[in-house]
Amino acid sequence: MSIVPISYYLVLSAILFGLGIIAFVFKRNIITIFMAIELMLNAVNLAFVAFARAHNQLDGLVFVFFVIVVAASEAAVGLAIVITVYQNRQTLNIDRINLLKF
Amino acid sequence: MTLPFVVFFVCALLAVLGALTLILAREPIHSALSLILVMVSLAVLYLLLGAEFIAAVQIIVYAGAIMVLFVFVIMLLNAGVEERTDYSQLAKYAGLALGIFLLLALAHWMAHSLIGQQIANGVGASNASVSTRELSAQLFQKYLFPFEATSILILIAILGALVLAKKDE
Repeated sequence: MSIVPISYYLVLSAILFGLGIIAFVFKRNIITIFMAIELMLNAVNLAFVAFARAHNQLDGLVFVFFVIVVAASEAAVGLAIVITVYQNRQTLNIDRINLLKF
Repeated sequence: MTLPFVVFFVCALLAVLGALTLILAREPIHSALSLILVMVSLAVLYLLLGAEFIAAVQIIVYAGAIMVLFVFVIMLLNAGVEERTDYSQLAKYAGLALGIFLLLALAHWMAHSLIGQQIANGVGASNASVSTRELSAQLFQKYLFPFEATSILILIAILGALVLAKKDE
């Protein structure tokens, strides 16, 4: 049984990260922008797991675990902020949330 | 084409399609569902890489808990079709250019640097799966302090979410 080379995983990770950046800049809905951040974190996790496999070390997997924990708490706090913004401004469009903009 | 290659290409295609749908969909709920597709296909890839515990955590925490939270907030705020405002034409072109530049830079790095060549030759890739026992030994011995710190982080995150989301009196 042949094995898929690590480079394939890294290329997929790079593509997903690039798509995440494009989504982050293109999308105007604040919730979708949060989802783009989650997509980028997922791409980084894939690279971590691939490198952990390439070097036969477990540290990469432990880091993925911590990334998932931090992503969970970030999503909880971030979505609470989104709800607060929506209660105050009645919009989810980031172009209309521009009080701090000079 | 052997079975691991077929599984890899099917899952990679699904992941990239899901990410593209996230960008192209106008409704936030469609973006959320396509992100779940990305996460599930990444979990299959983790299984292919032999990281069983991470695959399970990916399904339970990411596709389960985090995305349910996203879908719940989308429903709660009744987020409809995204409106297109053209305040920042610069951001569109800068984003596209930045994304393409990043892809090219990574491809260049992969092709030319020493570690990139080692990776391209598939150095050290083995097929044995990592046992959850070894992973937990690492987690509770070498990384015990960061592990305990995450529990405080989650506690603070819960408190922060409660304080932010509560109604003003």
